[in-house]
Amino acid sequence: MKKMLTLITLVLLSWASCLVQTFADTKVKVIKIDGSSTVFPITEAVAEEFQKKYPNIKVMVGISGTGGGFKKFCRGETDISDASRPIKPQEVDVCKENNIEYIELPVAYDGLAVVVNPKNNWVNYLTVKELKKIWEPSSQGVVTKWSQVRQGFPDKEIRLFGAGTDSGTFDYFTEAICGKSGSSRGDYTASEDDNVLVEGVANEPLALGYFGVAYYEVNKEKLKVVPIDDEDESNGKGPVAPTLETVRSGTYQPLSRPIFIYVSTKASQQDEIKKFVEFYLKEAKNLVVEVGYIPLQDEAYQAALERFQKGIVGSVFGGKGAQVGVRMDELLRRER
Amino acid sequence: MNRRIINRRLDKAFKILGIASTVFGLLVLVVLFVNVFLEGRSRLTWDFFSSFPSRKPELAGILSALVGTIWLMVITGLVAIPLGIGAGIYLEEYAKKNRLTNFIEINIANLAGVPSIIYGLLGLGIFVRYLKLDRSILAGGFTLALLVLPVIILSTREALRAIPFSIREASYALGATKWQTVRYQLLPASLGNIMTGIILAMSRAVGETAPLITIGALTYIAFLPQNPITFLEKFPFIHFTLRGLLDPFTALPIQIFNWVSRPQKGFSTNAAAGIIVLLGLTLAMNAVAIILRHRYQKKIRW
Repeated sequence: MKKMLTLITLVLLSWASCLVQTFADTKVKVIKIDGSSTVFPITEAVAEEFQKKYPNIKVMVGISGTGGGFKKFCRGETDISDASRPIKPQEVDVCKENNIEYIELPVAYDGLAVVVNPKNNWVNYLTVKELKKIWEPSSQGVVTKWSQVRQGFPDKEIRLFGAGTDSGTFDYFTEAICGKSGSSRGDYTASEDDNVLVEGVANEPLALGYFGVAYYEVNKEKLKVVPIDDEDESNGKGPVAPTLETVRSGTYQPLSRPIFIYVSTKASQQDEIKKFVEFYLKEAKNLVVEVGYIPLQDEAYQAALERFQKGIVGSVFGGKGAQVGVRMDELLRRER
Repeated sequence: MNRRIINRRLDKAFKILGIASTVFGLLVLVVLFVNVFLEGRSRLTWDFFSSFPSRKPELAGILSALVGTIWLMVITGLVAIPLGIGAGIYLEEYAKKNRLTNFIEINIANLAGVPSIIYGLLGLGIFVRYLKLDRSILAGGFTLALLVLPVIILSTREALRAIPFSIREASYALGATKWQTVRYQLLPASLGNIMTGIILAMSRAVGETAPLITIGALTYIAFLPQNPITFLEKFPFIHFTLRGLLDPFTALPIQIFNWVSRPQKGFSTNAAAGIIVLLGLTLAMNAVAIILRHRYQKKIRW
C-alpha cells in the first residue's frame, strides 16, 4: 500500500514537474509610475480608468515624493515620474549619467491654501510680506503672537501648522514665500499627512496653516481660507482667494503651481506607454476636477499632447527646479 | 495603628492598583475597537473584499491588498520557518558553548529588537537593488522573513530549553543519536511552543508597514499577481508558474496607510473597515496559536 502511494506520488510529481515553468514565462507589461504624493490622486484616477479600458495593461502608481520619484526615475527603475515641481539640476545630472531622457508634460494646477480656524475673526487677508514675516527662519521663537504680524491683530499666541520637509508642498511654499526653497522656521507642527494639518487648524482657534487646495475643498466647513495679496497689480488687484478661476487664470499668485508627469523617452516608444500617456492627457480634464485639482486649459493639454507625440525632450524650466509665479499663458508659450 | 494593619492596607491598595492597570489596558483596546468597528462596519460588504482600490471611496476595496498580504505571509513562512527552527535547534542542541556561539546568540537577541524600518532598508539594499528582485512579492516576503527570523529562532530555543534534560539523557541511554533524539523526542514535545512563537511572529509581520514602504510598496495596484495554478482546457490541464512572485504587490497595512492620508471622508471609513479586517486576521492567527499550544500540551506523555 505504501509502495503504491509512493509510486502514484512519483508519477504525479513527474507529470507536474514538466509543467512547471518557473520564471521563464514572458513578462507581462507593467507600467511603473512613482513620485509625488500631490500628483498621485490624478495619476491613480487615470490608471483606474485606463485599466478599465485596457484590462491587459497593468499600471502601478507609487508614492515616494517628487524627489524620491526622480531618484528612481533617473536610475531607470520607473517609466513615468509624478512631480509637483520641475526637475532640479542635481536630478538632471543623475538622469544624464544614466542616459535617461525625459519628456515633461504639465497635467494640472495645484494651489496651496493658507487657512485659519473659523473662529478667527481678525484675519480677512494676508500679504506675502506678512506670510514671510511669519514663516521665515529668523522668525523662529521671535514672531510668536498675532499682534506681531499686523497692528490691530490680537495679542494672542499664533499656532502654526505646515508641511513636513519631505514634501514638495514644503519646497514650493518656502520658495514662494521666503524666497528660497527649504528656508522655513522649524518651530511649527509639521506633517507630511495633510489630514493632520486640517484637524490641527480646525481644532485650534489661534492656528494658521497651509496645505493643498484639495484638502481645503473637502473640509470647507471646518476651515477659513485666507485670501493672499502679493501686492503686484499685474495679476489681480488686492487679496485673492484660491478658486478654480483664480488659480487657472494665474491671479492666485504666488501660491499656485503647475504639476507634471515626466515620461522616459525609452518607455515612450513602447505601445502601452504611448497609449497610457495619450489617454492621460485626453482624460485629465475631467479626472483632475474629480479628485480636487484644477485642470489646465484645453489648449495646454493639446500642446502637451503635441509635445509628447513629437518627442520633445527636456524641461521648459531649463532643469532649474521649482519656479514661482509661472502663469498659464507663459507656460503655454514655452510649450509651443 | 500597628504594622499588621498598615501591611494589609498596602496589600489592598496594590490590589486595586493592579486591577486599575489591567482595566485601563483593556478599556483602551475596547474603545479603540468599538470606535473602529462603528466607523468601518458599514463598508464590510462582499464588494469591499472583491474590489480593487479606486479613487471613489465607495467603490474602493481591498482585493489586491488582501491577496498581497496572503502571498507575503506564505513566502515569509516558507523562508523564515525552516531557517528559524533549524538555527534554533542548532544553537540549542548542537552548538558548542564557545565565544563564537555566544557572539551569535547575543546578536540574534539584539536583532529581535531592531526597529522594523531598518529591515526595510536592508531589504531595499539587498533584495530590491542588489539581487534586482525589484519591488516584488519575493523581495517583500524575504524582507519580512528577515524581520521574523530572530523571533522564531528565540522561541524555538525557549521551547527546546523547556524540555527536561532527563528526556535527552533517556533517549541517549537507549542508543539514539543526536538527530534521533531531536527528531523523535525534542521536536514533538516542543512543537506546540514553537508553533505559538511562529504564529505570534507572523501576526506581527502581517501588520508591518514601515519595511514594506521602505522597499517601495506604497502603491496603487489594481491587479493581482499571476496565479500560480491555472486550469487549462487541454493537456496537461494544469499550468504551474511562479511568475507571480516577481509581480509588484500591495498589502493591507499599506492600503490602510494610503486611505488614512486621503482628504475625502469616505476613505477614512474604508481605512476603518480595512483595520477591522487586519485586526480580524491577527486575532484569528493568535487564536490558532492558543489552540495549537493547548492541543500539543495535552498530547505529550513521557
